[in-house]
Amino acid sequence: MENIVTDIRPLLAVLVSAVAVLFILMARKLPNLREGVSYVAAGIKFLLILSMVPVVLAGGVVEFTVFEVLPGIELKFRADALGMFFALTASFLWIIATTYSIGYMRSLNEHAQTRYFSCFAIALSAAIGVAFAGNLFTLYLFYELLSIMTYPLVAHHEDDPAWEGGTKYIVYLVGTSKTFLLAAVVMTYMITGTLEFKEGGIFTTAMPVVPVILTYIFFLIGFAKAGIMPLHNWLPSAMVAPTPVSGLLHAVAVVKVGVFSVVRIMLYVFGVEVMGAFGLGMATAFFVSFTIITASIIALTKDDLKARLAYSTVSQLSYIIIGVAMLTPSGITGGILHIACHAFSKITLFFCAGSIYVASGIKKISKLDGIARRMPITMAAFTIGAFSMIGVPVAAGFASKWYLAIGTLEAGSLALLMVLLVSTVLNAAYFLPIIFRAYFKEAPNTEEFLRIKETPFVWVPLSITAVISVIIGVYPDFLLSMIEIIVGNL
Amino acid sequence: MTWLMDLQVLNNHILSVLIFLPLAMALLVLAIRNDEVVRWITLATMVVVFILTIPLICGFDTTTHTMQYVEGPYTWISAFNAQYYLGLDGISVLFVFLTGLIGIVSVLASWTSVKKSVSGFMACLLFMQTFMIGVFCSLDFFLFYIFWEAMLIPMYLLIGVWGGPRRIYAAVKFFLYTLVGSVLMLVGIIALYFAAGSTFDIQALMANEYSFAFQAVVFLSFFIAFAIKVPMFPFHTWLPDAHVEAPTAGSIILAGVLLKMGTYGFLRFSIPMFPDAANYFAVPIIILSIIGIIYGALLALAQTDLKKLIAYSSVSHMGFITFALFLFNVNGMEGGIIQMFNHGITTGALFLCVGIIYERTHTRELSEYGWVAKLMPLYAVFLFVFTLASLGFPGTNGFIGEILILFAAYEGWEFYLIFLLIGIILGTAYMLYLYKKLCFGAGCASHHGEEPAPMPKTAKTAKDINGREALALFILLIFVFWIGFQPMGYLDIMHESVAHLLDQAGHLPATEVLVEGAGEALGIVGQGGDILLDGLSDAVDSTAPEL
Repeated sequence: MENIVTDIRPLLAVLVSAVAVLFILMARKLPNLREGVSYVAAGIKFLLILSMVPVVLAGGVVEFTVFEVLPGIELKFRADALGMFFALTASFLWIIATTYSIGYMRSLNEHAQTRYFSCFAIALSAAIGVAFAGNLFTLYLFYELLSIMTYPLVAHHEDDPAWEGGTKYIVYLVGTSKTFLLAAVVMTYMITGTLEFKEGGIFTTAMPVVPVILTYIFFLIGFAKAGIMPLHNWLPSAMVAPTPVSGLLHAVAVVKVGVFSVVRIMLYVFGVEVMGAFGLGMATAFFVSFTIITASIIALTKDDLKARLAYSTVSQLSYIIIGVAMLTPSGITGGILHIACHAFSKITLFFCAGSIYVASGIKKISKLDGIARRMPITMAAFTIGAFSMIGVPVAAGFASKWYLAIGTLEAGSLALLMVLLVSTVLNAAYFLPIIFRAYFKEAPNTEEFLRIKETPFVWVPLSITAVISVIIGVYPDFLLSMIEIIVGNL
Repeated sequence: MTWLMDLQVLNNHILSVLIFLPLAMALLVLAIRNDEVVRWITLATMVVVFILTIPLICGFDTTTHTMQYVEGPYTWISAFNAQYYLGLDGISVLFVFLTGLIGIVSVLASWTSVKKSVSGFMACLLFMQTFMIGVFCSLDFFLFYIFWEAMLIPMYLLIGVWGGPRRIYAAVKFFLYTLVGSVLMLVGIIALYFAAGSTFDIQALMANEYSFAFQAVVFLSFFIAFAIKVPMFPFHTWLPDAHVEAPTAGSIILAGVLLKMGTYGFLRFSIPMFPDAANYFAVPIIILSIIGIIYGALLALAQTDLKKLIAYSSVSHMGFITFALFLFNVNGMEGGIIQMFNHGITTGALFLCVGIIYERTHTRELSEYGWVAKLMPLYAVFLFVFTLASLGFPGTNGFIGEILILFAAYEGWEFYLIFLLIGIILGTAYMLYLYKKLCFGAGCASHHGEEPAPMPKTAKTAKDINGREALALFILLIFVFWIGFQPMGYLDIMHESVAHLLDQAGHLPATEVLVEGAGEALGIVGQGGDILLDGLSDAVDSTAPEL
């Protein structure tokens, strides 16, 4: 039986950045103080979450019920191993992304920076809120909050492409969540009488098959943030946002909230037993296989660096889902581990893309010839990130892919193993040419090219994430010990 | 507030005080020539009225459905047994409270925007307050009808005198539509009076049993009156005109309280007095509601006029309410009633928001805006919250009503969920569209030092909200989150009354009637099939040897 600790820390961790917004707004005339507030909030948030690690590692769960809204529907926070895993990743990366944001936004002299940092902080509150949500109501609340508060970030430039991207973003995300997700929440409540997350799920195999399956499908469609095809198109469109947004939100916070929510409902609403008995696990695995392969193929065709990364993200997100959907211990381990691996590696890649853009104004892959000579740190980090995404040993991505591959064998499905292998080849096919170009192609000998120079605010954060990508690959034990608790309790 | 309850007059006659205090003050205000004094007196009266409604809520006995704070019955026109008879149950008490709240907001909203004959305007607001509270408190049909009709006059004046350029047209249209409904209702009331043995006592009328044919006819005559007031599709066409031309306070009262009169009528009269007819007509009403939900939302999406957009959104939102009420289950009733309250708060607030910028720019065209977030940041925050509340964002009042209605629909009306969800998503679409159009886009120096887009001329007059406006918005904001996070207090108040209402409404809730009917029909078909098959097999048996 799990050991429940009642403590206010999960709520505080969520609120820190929301409160910080007040100070950010107050300090709007003093940019240094304003960004200082972001740092302090990010630091406090991370430490608060870190302080709960011992409890969770000891097999405990930190819970805090704020109040009951309707009978059986509470505003409730619950920091368990799965939530902690995501919250640690997201809050740590906020600290780094803040540094990067300062470098990026100031180098480009972007407008409306107060709005930018405020929305960023609320988005982080929402992401942690989803991580620590104790029931579907709380999860839904923060899920919606995240959609709304990231809109100003996506449409930050306020020009026509930005409005177009922003509109697509909000139509996809809110359009699905206000209909399918809401319907799924209502159906869950009406079928089970509760919205609480529970180990082993709240649905049982004794419940009628058709409504349960329908609810599950509604959830999958409703969580469009997970980027499962055909509801992935908002993500490439959201690339109109400034790069730190693409980095933290569209490689970590927003998309991972989608995937995390899918994992949450698979394991804690439906439960392994129901998922297996109704054949939902394997069906999901095969369904997202399509996304993995197709998104990789589309990525091959993109010349815009951020667009290629976006499609790579779409493909990699489904790795997480495929792992958990296999419902085997190694599969689930691999899937959840990939949340962190992908987060660190993909944010590195996006930061690199932004670094190149800040320094040189280049967005196209075809213009990157010889860029490594002018930007050695950036391209070294990019190489590490790319290797991690391909799954080259020692880099983080290898660890998760290893578990995923074992998972396919445990599930006895060679077809899924083939999907992983084919996608690995495709990953290599779309990443290696970039690296080749940057290092081995003749650089243009123009004056403009020679003026390219990396800025420290930009290269420091991206080297940190790159180094961590390697550390996770070599020493994933800390993360694995957490996942062990998740898997052990299922 | 206990010291208030110690005052004997208040204790025994609190509803009369609530009704006649504004009336007396209205007469006083008419006699005063100094505009500033008039404003303060009106505001003070509204505040006192609101404070007096607080003990009604706090002291309400939530364990019973019987009428509370009862006064009377005192017979005042003995010739036809008309009585002065007041009382509140768990449903009407909420709306008296809402009326008190909206009263304060409407005065604050017209503090500077009304310049022409202030005393007349303020008197109209006070008269409205009297009549609206009267409608919710009446337990006698005659008294109810007096208040109901009297309401038209100050509202007509508010639109017709202090309204926009097409105010006469809008006021007459409003008056005629509502009057047609009222006249039909009067016919129904007279029919009831004779059928029940010369009484206007609402509770006595409820206790009576009527034949189905009588119920059906009177139900329909009431239905049209209430449907116009709500307004339900296809009786909604007066609403956009009235809203667009009405002064801000008029729109707030119209959206906040007046529209609730229609649904309140369904709850107080149509359903408990004519339960069989209500069950019988439930499906057509639900279908009309759904058309209203989707049609209203689509019309809202197509508007470029701020006020029209919100007016059509009301048609859509009120559709949700009538839909929920006629499902005849607990979640539906409670969801519908709480949504009535919510709509009063949220849409009232949205009209106030529109009024605030209209006062600055004198245009309602969406294309003239786009600078609000930049030049009026505090206002933009308030508007953001009310936008979220209107689209049913979790944690706001709109979500509570919405989810209760969805729960209700799931209990036997799953098919209709699809339409509700379409309505919800359209609602999200037009509200976000509205917010985006108002707040973002104009005059932005995109990035990298490009030339900023030109600002609309209206931006010159932009000035962030002052303390008075912030106060009015803040009062409403409290309720957005209060109901959004702690709705149980409100639901508890209405719980017993709703249970009693459902008890009165139905021998069986409508869904079960349908299901049973369908079952019976299937059974008959099945039996018929069996007989047919038996006959066939007999025939086969008898012919078999020969084959």
